[in-house]
Amino acid sequence: MSDNIEIARSTLLTPASLSDGDLDRVMDQLLTSQIDAADLYFQASRLESWVLEDGIIRDGNYNIEQGVGVRAISGEKTGFAYTDEITLPSLLEAGRTARAIARAGAEGKTRLSRTAPAQQLYAAINPLDSMSEEEKIALLRKLDTEARQQDPRVQQVIASLVAAHDVVLVAASDGTLCGDVRPLVRCNVHVIVESDGKREQGSSGGGAREGFQFFIDEDRALGYAREAVRQALVNLEADAAPAGTMTVVLGSGWPGILLHEAIGHGLEGDFNRKGTSAFSGRMGEKVAASGCTVVDDGTLPGRRGSLNMDDEGTPSECTVLIEDGLLKGYMQDKHNAHLMGTRSTGNGRRESYAHLPLPRMTNTYMLPGQHDPGEIIASVKKGLYAVNFGGGQVDITSGKFVFSASEAYLIENGKVTRPVRGATLIGSGPEVLTEVSMIGNDLELDAGVGTCGKEGQSVPVGVGQPTLRIDNLTVGGTSA
Amino acid sequence: MSEQNQMTTRQAQLEQMVHDLLKEAKQLGASSAEAAVSSDSGLSISVRKGDVETIEHIRDQGLGITVYFGQRKGSASTSDFKPGAIKDTVRAACNIARYTNEDPYSGLADAELMATDLPDLDLYHPWDITPEAAIELGITCEKAALDFDRRISNTEGASINSHSGLHVYGNSHGFIGGYPSSRHSLSCSVIGEQDGAMQRDYWYTVGRKSTDLETASAVGRTAGERTLARLGARKISTRQTPVIFRADIAGGLLRSLVGAISGSSLYRKASFLLDHLGKPIFPAHIQIQENPLIPGGLGSASFDSEGVATYDKQIIRNGVLETYLLGSYSARKLGMQSTANAGGTHNLSITPGDLDLNGLLKEMGSGLLITEMMGQGVNMVTGDYSRGAAGFWVEQGEIQFPVEEITIAGNLKQMFAQLLAVGNDEERRGNIRTGSLLIEQMTVAGE
Repeated sequence: MSDNIEIARSTLLTPASLSDGDLDRVMDQLLTSQIDAADLYFQASRLESWVLEDGIIRDGNYNIEQGVGVRAISGEKTGFAYTDEITLPSLLEAGRTARAIARAGAEGKTRLSRTAPAQQLYAAINPLDSMSEEEKIALLRKLDTEARQQDPRVQQVIASLVAAHDVVLVAASDGTLCGDVRPLVRCNVHVIVESDGKREQGSSGGGAREGFQFFIDEDRALGYAREAVRQALVNLEADAAPAGTMTVVLGSGWPGILLHEAIGHGLEGDFNRKGTSAFSGRMGEKVAASGCTVVDDGTLPGRRGSLNMDDEGTPSECTVLIEDGLLKGYMQDKHNAHLMGTRSTGNGRRESYAHLPLPRMTNTYMLPGQHDPGEIIASVKKGLYAVNFGGGQVDITSGKFVFSASEAYLIENGKVTRPVRGATLIGSGPEVLTEVSMIGNDLELDAGVGTCGKEGQSVPVGVGQPTLRIDNLTVGGTSA
Repeated sequence: MSEQNQMTTRQAQLEQMVHDLLKEAKQLGASSAEAAVSSDSGLSISVRKGDVETIEHIRDQGLGITVYFGQRKGSASTSDFKPGAIKDTVRAACNIARYTNEDPYSGLADAELMATDLPDLDLYHPWDITPEAAIELGITCEKAALDFDRRISNTEGASINSHSGLHVYGNSHGFIGGYPSSRHSLSCSVIGEQDGAMQRDYWYTVGRKSTDLETASAVGRTAGERTLARLGARKISTRQTPVIFRADIAGGLLRSLVGAISGSSLYRKASFLLDHLGKPIFPAHIQIQENPLIPGGLGSASFDSEGVATYDKQIIRNGVLETYLLGSYSARKLGMQSTANAGGTHNLSITPGDLDLNGLLKEMGSGLLITEMMGQGVNMVTGDYSRGAAGFWVEQGEIQFPVEEITIAGNLKQMFAQLLAVGNDEERRGNIRTGSLLIEQMTVAGE
């Protein structure tokens, strides 16, 4: 882990001839007014993407970003400024701007001490260099061929590869000085199929904090191509989805987006400090059926939502949100934790140096239960079996959330029968998990595709769950 | 230096950067190239419970270059404006182009389509507001919302945003164009509580000029009023019913139309309106147009993201689809010509009808007035539509009670064909202008 701070230092500070003493100086300047806390967030990132369409490598893009964000906190007030020039004068200017949030006050003195988070959940590699350009392109071509070979009804294949290399360094008034090197890769395959003038789409992908080899291992990328075609063909045969409240069985893995929307956002520290969440003030109460345990875990090796440390330098943790049906914990960043008299859980995240940190999720999932998935399906007389989803959304205050199924089937007399078209499912966060009557023994995490949006900021996240039976959930089809 | 002069100087700097980028691309052997540079600065202030919460000083900049080596293409972008970064970025784009394939449809938009007349569209009106004055405005706004009713119990606060930006685009046809613009907004979001259940709603005002904004207290009162109206919301049973999309959320349906008639969806055959050019897709009374050159318009621009001159066009005339929306790439793929819609539309509007919202409610009789949509839930390939919703149940043209935790579903093609009426309560706060929209029938899923 000491490597990470050294890489961060040589990437971010050395080119600008910035020493630790300079950071102390900026911090001292920030703390010369009524400022309780301050931090500097240095970031350099490289992003590369390739797109194949109509059988050719149509487009490629390379993006370079770097800068530093300066935050000063006084009570509940936050001042924030950022600059894309990493130089001492720019830092001092941003600091003067940010600290204007509080005016008069005492002198502060800080000495940054190098702290070394104890975890190395992913290698400090640059994934852009993890494969030659020729190999990246060959991989995309292979995905095109694989998808088209699956079925003659495949009309269009769009495949993409994206790699990001993010180097960050955090210096904070509590003495924190640490760095992280964050690789992230993503691959996606989208297909259009056509039969008798009827068209449908299917899409599949995955990703991790690894190099591109991740997609070659276990034939993962080829699996995405096959899966996208399979989904599209299923949807080609689908009938109208039912409308109304019914028993819903959610498949394992990506349907865990339920937990992200219904539970996760409502348990973020900022909403609970402000009392604006449907879960506010409900700590210790029963908000889920017995047997439901939900965690937010940033410590899973290599996962898309994992972090060695969050964007405030706090090591990520596994935070229990709901334990055996009882509300146990919130996800906190430093600012909200301080105001609520608790400690950060390593959930302070930001899209970039140009954004303020907020309490955000990492990998959110439910622990497995006892039931065989087959037994869960067999228990349902009439209902919906939803296995793949698109996006979701939640109204934190009313607790109402939606998530949209992209692959679903009817369950009739304990058997999965016909596929039905995509439909949005809607429920109430504080109630939906009380309707869980069976928990599968098949916990699975998603393939590494999640992106969460909050206050205009996007961050990579993960979700997961075992197969779940929910007794009452509203399904938004057209067939009454 | 005055703000105006500073902007002129800054614009000249950005134009020089575009020239440098294009020159560098040529030196590295590119047969053609296009570049865009933008710079944005502003202030974002949030206030909560009568005191300032955050002050953010915004300063964003970015440059991007696309190079073509014959029919091969590569792009790169950066926020780094140091002289060396221009060379690095162009080199990165050229490196990408070594690996992309010959694409017969790629390249700049045709030279003869470039905008030659770049009128001043009156888009730049900086707001000389101090952080202190902005904080006061936010406090006034939030207070008006909290004072609206004692059931308004909590607040997410008010925020003030003021941005000024410059955008310059140029390409190796010799086209270069740029303009400054501004955008200011004030918003407020509050929470009401009744019988232990909380509801939240918000309101905002936005304009190119600060003087176009609603007053702070008006924004606060509307936020309070909207929140209050939602208290006591309940589910309704599953049913088929007519629905009205209230003007402030109705733009989403027109965005779906734009998506479905955009070149990239069409050449991928990923649109439910494939092969519908010249065919009726709305009832005969529906007119939809694009007017990119409206002075001061929130979506106004005299050229699109490829330098092509924008122009007024009728998209739907008497219910019939008159044009697709194309950039040069999709146009070539479809064997057509660019419609100056690379990068999207500029000021789309649906011609208002005679009725206001109350008139539309009467016209509907019994049905659902939708005031909030949740989730994505739109399949652009099939037109299947299923989204979360909240709103009000209406009987005999009168609002009865608030409704929540329901979905509405249908198919966009049918929904468009069943667009019975457009209200004259035009929403003008964005790139799409529309009144409330009455749709003959959709499926509501609830209890």
